[in-house]
Amino acid sequence: MFNKILIANRGEIACRVIKTARKMGIQTVAIYSDADANALHVQMADEAVHIGPPPANQSYIVIDKVMAAIRSSGAQAVHPGYGFLSENPKFAEALAAEGVAFVGPPVGAIEAMGDKITSKKIAQEANVSTVPGYMGLIEDADEAVKISGEIGYPVMIKASAGGGGKGMRIAWNDAEAREGFQSSKNEAANSFGDDRIFIEKFVTQPRHIEIQVLCDTHGNGIYLGERECSIQRRNQKVIEEAPSPFLDEATRRAMGEQAVALAKAVGYASAGTVEFIVDGDKNFYFLEMNTRLQVEHPVTELITGIDLVEQMIRVAAGQPLSITQDDVQLNGWAMESRLYAEDPYRNFLPSIGRLTRYRPPVEVAAGPLLDMGKWQGEAPAGTTAVRNDTGVYEGGEISMYYDPMIAKLCTWAPTRAEAIEAMRVALDRFEVEGIGHNLPFLSAVMDHPKFVSGDMTTAFIAEEYPEGFEGVALDEGALRRIAASCAAMHRVAEIRRARVSGRMDNHERTVGSDWVVSLQGHEFALRIAADTKGASVSFADGSSLRVTGDWTPGDKLADMLVDEAPLVMKVGKISGGFRIRTRGADLKVHVRTPRQAELAKLMPEKLPPDTSKLLLCPMPGLVVKLDVEEGQEVQEGQALCTVEAMKMENILRAERKGVVAKINAAPGDSLAVDDVIMEFE
Amino acid sequence: MKDILQQLEDRRDAARQGGGAHRIEAQHAKGKLSARERVELLLDEGSFEEYDMFVTHRCTDFDMQQNKPAGDGVVVGWGTVNGRQVYVFSQDFTVLGGSVSATHAMKICKIMDMAVQNGAPVIGINDSGGARIQEGVDSLAGYGEVFQRNIMASGVVPQISLIMGPCAGGAVYSPAMTDFIFMVKDSSYMFVTGPDVVKTVTNEVVTAEELGGASTHTRKSSVADGAFENDVEALAEVRRLIDFLPLNNREKPPVRPFFDDPARIEESLDTLVPANPNTPYDMKELIEKIADEGDFYEIQAEFAKNMITGFIRLEGRTVGVVANQPMVLAGVLDIDSARKAARFVRFCDAFEIPILSLVDVPGFLPGTKQEYDGVIKHGAKLLFAYGEATVPKVTVITRKAYGGAYVVMASKHLRADVNYAWPTSEIAVMGAKGATEILYRSELGDAEKIAKRTKDYEDAFANPFVAAERGFIDEVIQPRSTRKRVARAFAMLRNKKQSMPWKKHDNIPL
Repeated sequence: MFNKILIANRGEIACRVIKTARKMGIQTVAIYSDADANALHVQMADEAVHIGPPPANQSYIVIDKVMAAIRSSGAQAVHPGYGFLSENPKFAEALAAEGVAFVGPPVGAIEAMGDKITSKKIAQEANVSTVPGYMGLIEDADEAVKISGEIGYPVMIKASAGGGGKGMRIAWNDAEAREGFQSSKNEAANSFGDDRIFIEKFVTQPRHIEIQVLCDTHGNGIYLGERECSIQRRNQKVIEEAPSPFLDEATRRAMGEQAVALAKAVGYASAGTVEFIVDGDKNFYFLEMNTRLQVEHPVTELITGIDLVEQMIRVAAGQPLSITQDDVQLNGWAMESRLYAEDPYRNFLPSIGRLTRYRPPVEVAAGPLLDMGKWQGEAPAGTTAVRNDTGVYEGGEISMYYDPMIAKLCTWAPTRAEAIEAMRVALDRFEVEGIGHNLPFLSAVMDHPKFVSGDMTTAFIAEEYPEGFEGVALDEGALRRIAASCAAMHRVAEIRRARVSGRMDNHERTVGSDWVVSLQGHEFALRIAADTKGASVSFADGSSLRVTGDWTPGDKLADMLVDEAPLVMKVGKISGGFRIRTRGADLKVHVRTPRQAELAKLMPEKLPPDTSKLLLCPMPGLVVKLDVEEGQEVQEGQALCTVEAMKMENILRAERKGVVAKINAAPGDSLAVDDVIMEFE
Repeated sequence: MKDILQQLEDRRDAARQGGGAHRIEAQHAKGKLSARERVELLLDEGSFEEYDMFVTHRCTDFDMQQNKPAGDGVVVGWGTVNGRQVYVFSQDFTVLGGSVSATHAMKICKIMDMAVQNGAPVIGINDSGGARIQEGVDSLAGYGEVFQRNIMASGVVPQISLIMGPCAGGAVYSPAMTDFIFMVKDSSYMFVTGPDVVKTVTNEVVTAEELGGASTHTRKSSVADGAFENDVEALAEVRRLIDFLPLNNREKPPVRPFFDDPARIEESLDTLVPANPNTPYDMKELIEKIADEGDFYEIQAEFAKNMITGFIRLEGRTVGVVANQPMVLAGVLDIDSARKAARFVRFCDAFEIPILSLVDVPGFLPGTKQEYDGVIKHGAKLLFAYGEATVPKVTVITRKAYGGAYVVMASKHLRADVNYAWPTSEIAVMGAKGATEILYRSELGDAEKIAKRTKDYEDAFANPFVAAERGFIDEVIQPRSTRKRVARAFAMLRNKKQSMPWKKHDNIPL
C-alpha cells in the first residue's frame, strides 16, 4: 500500500479523499492555487504544495505543475478527484512515465471512453444497449422514412451540425418523418450551411440513471447498483438518489451486467460510472462512461456500505477486489442534495463572497456508511443518517474561479419517504449566509409532489419551474405551525425584555397571552398557555397546537416540535417579529398584540421604492472596469462596473433584471457621488 | 353622586375624542395613527397615566373662545416601557392641527419638568402644524419655554423625538436639541422654512418631501437618526432603543438577562480581514459577532456610512459602538463621519454608556472640499469627544490605524482604558507606499529600489508590535476571541471612576 498520496484536486472532493486516505493510514498531499491558500483541503492535508495563480488553467490543470508537486512531495500515487485532470489521458501517461500510480483506470480505458463515437461503438460491440439510430448520412425523405421505421417510432431527426434545437424534429409516424426530414434539412442548410441529417431513437420520458462499477487489475468487475440523477438543471445535476425509484430488480441486473461487460471490454480497473438514459418503458440506452469517481458517489456508498475511494486506492495499489457481486446488497435509501453557491432568486446566477455563516447539520452515523465502517444487518425503523461532504467553512471565501458546488448533503434512511423527510429537516438545519445559495430550491424540490412520488424525468426542473424559482408558498397547515412557534418564541423574547433592570417596583409589564400572527398574507389570532416544557397554542377556530423547543432570543436556528413533528426554522430579526426560512419559504412573520394588530391594519401598504433606472456612483471614485455593454441584458445581482475609491475596489451590481440602455462612464473616469454611470431601459 | 361620576366619564370621553371621529379618520387615511393610539403603542399596555386632559387655551382673539377643545392639541403623561418609567407628549394633529398655544406648551413643560426631577426619559411625538397664529407671541413664548427645558434636560435624561407629521418653523428646534430624532417615511417632514417660502426667497422649486422628508434628513442633513416604514414600526423601534438607555445620567445603563456565552469564540473572524489590504470587508459582521445575540441597534445608518455608530449589549449591558467601515470610502475619517461619531460618543459619555471602538482607518479624507468645509474643526470634535469621555473605553484595531486618525480613534493617548489590536493591524504614521515616497524621495525614479524600501517599511512598521512594544496597545489578540476579550475588559471596567478638572463647561470646537 502507498505511504503518501497526492490529491490533484480541491474543494469537497479533495477533502473527501483525504478522509479515506487518513483512515487507511496514508499521508496526504494537497495542491492549491493562490485563491485556495486558506481552503479546507489545504488545512486537512498533511502537506500542501502551492501550484500557481487562481485560474485552473494556470494551476490545477497544468500537468507540469502537478507533476512538480508530486516530485517535491514524494507522493507515490495521485487521486485526481473529478473534473480537472481526472479524465485526461496525458496526465495518466505522465504519471505512468514517472512510475507514480494513478488512482483511476488505465490510460487506454480513459481514451476509449473519452470519445463519444468510439465509446458508442465499443458499447455496441460489447452488446450494451445503445440508442438505436442511423449514424450515416441520409439521402432523401424515402430513406428517412425507411430508417425511421427500422429504428421504431418515435424518432429524432437531427442536423449533423445542429444545436440549440435548430434543425431538430421529432417524428411519431412515417408522414412526420417525411415532413420532418425535409424541414430539418432546410433549416440546417439555412442555419449552418450544412444540411447533413441523421436519425436516432427519440427517448420519451427520459431518466438519467447510472451504474456504479468497480473493477480491479485482476479481471474482476462488479456493479454497485444504480443512481438516479434525473433532477438536473441545464445538464447540471442537482439531486441524486440511490437506488432509483423506477428500476426493478431485473432491469437493474441487466443494466449492471451490461455496465460491467463494457468496463471489462476496455480493461477497466477502478471505480467508474456507466450512464444510461432510460425511457418510460424501462428501455435503457448507453450514454457515456465516466472514467473517474463521480460527484454523486456518496449515495452509492450510503446504500452499499462500500467506501469507493478506499476501493479505488486498493485497486490502484494492485490489490484484487475483496467484494464479489454477491456481497453487494442495497440497503435502504440515500438522497443527495448539491449545495450550489448560486442564487435561485436571481436565475441561479453564481454568487461569490464571504461565508459569514456556514453551519451544516450535524452528521449522524446510521445505516450502512457514514464513518466508512460497514453496516451490518437491518437498520431499526426510523433510523436516519446525515452526511455532508464539504470543502468550505465559516469565514471562508467562495471565489469566482471554480465550480460553484460547495457541499453535498446526503441523508440515508430505510425507505425513500424517510430519506426525503430526513433531507427536508437537514436542509432546514443547514445555515449558509453571506452568499446566495440554492437551499430554498432544494427544499422546494423535496416537497414537490412529483418528486416525492418518484415520477420524474430529466425535464423535471424545466417543466416544473419554467419561469425559474420564485420561492415557495406554504399551505395553511404549515403556516399555522410556524405561527404557533413564532408566537411562542416572541413571547419568550418579550418576557425577557420585561425583565430589564430599572423597572418600577410593582408596576412591571405583564406580557399577555393573546397574540396575532401575520405571515404570507394570513393572519392567525391565537392564545398561548405556557408551561415549563413548552406552550399550548390555541387558535381562534378552536384548534390547537403543542409547541416545544429550546429556542432562546438570538438563536438563529429554531429546532421546534409542533405536535411532535419537527419544525426547523432559520430565524432572523425584523421589526416586530421574525424573518423565518423553512421548507424553501422565506417569510416575514409579525407577532403583535391584538391592539397592535388592529392599529397595524391602518398602516399604508408601501410598494418597494422605485430606485429609478439609473446606476449612480455611490462614492467619489475612479472607474476601473465596466463589466457590461450597452444593449446587454443583465440579471439582478450581476456585476456592472467596478469603482475604485480610497484604493478600494467596489463592485456595483444590478439591483434588478434589465437591459443596459446607455453607459456614461469609461474606465479611468473620475466620478463624484451620484454621478450617473449607466442607464437602464 | 352618580351623576358627578358620570359627568367625569363623559368629559373624559369627549377629551379622548380629540378632533372627533371624522378628523381621526382623516388622520388614518394619511397612514397616521392618532396621538393617543401612538402613546398606546409606545407604552406598556395599560400603563399610560394622562395628565392635563382638560386643559384648554385661554385665547380670545379671532373668536377663539368659541373653540376650546379639551387637551388643547397635545396628550401628555407618563407610563412604562418594559416596566421602566418614561414621560411622553404626543401632539394631536386632529385638534387645531396640533398647533402650539401657550397652554399646549405649558403641558409639555409640565411633564418635562417632572422627567428631569424624577429622572426618566422624555419622548416627544411631533405632529403639529406649527405655532398657533391666533395666539401670536404667546405661542412663541411657549416654544421658548420648551426649548429652555430641552436644554436643561440635555445630558440629564435621554430625550427622544419622533417626527410623525409636519414639524416646521421654530418647532423644529425642540427636536433638534434632543438626543435622537426618528422620522416616519413618507408621512413626516421637518424644515425651518417650507417650500413656498423657499420658492419666494430663492426661486428654488422643491417638494416638502425633498426639502425635509425622512430620506433628506437621514441621508443628507443627518438631522434625523433613523427613519421607519410606518407609525407602528417607529414606535416599536423606539421601545427597542429605550431598552438600551439608562433612565437618567445618575444611573447605570440597564442590564437584562442574556442568552449568549460571553466567551463565545468566533473562528470565522480569523479570516475577516482579507489578505489584500486594499480589499474592503464589512465591519458590521464584526459588530454582530461581538454583540450579545448578534443584536445591533444602529444610529444614523444612512449617513456617513464610512462610520458606524450604534448600541449593542455585552453580558446584557449596553455598550456604544463606534466603528470605521472599510466598505465605504475605506473607512476614512471626514467631516460627516467625525461629526456623526463625535455626537454619539458624547451621548454615551453623558449617560454612562461604555464605548467600544473598532478601528480600521486609513486617515483623513484629503481634498479642497474637506478643507474648505472645515475638516480641521470637525475632525477635532471627535478627538475632543473621545478625549473628554470618562466612561469605560475599549478599542480594537483590526487593520489600518494610520497617522492622526490613529490618535483620534480612541487611542491610548486619549485615555482609552484597554486597547487591543489584531495581528493584522498596521499601526503606523501612514501606509508603506506613502511613507517610502516621502522618506526616499531621491530614489523615486528607481522602481525596484522603491519596491524594496516599501517592503522593508511594511515588514518593520505594518504590524501592531511597534505600538505594543511601547504599551500603546495593551495586548495583541486573536480575532476569534474578540468578544471574550472585549466583554472581560468591560467587566473589569465596571467600577471605573475618572474625573475632569472643574470647569463651567468645555469649549468643544462646534
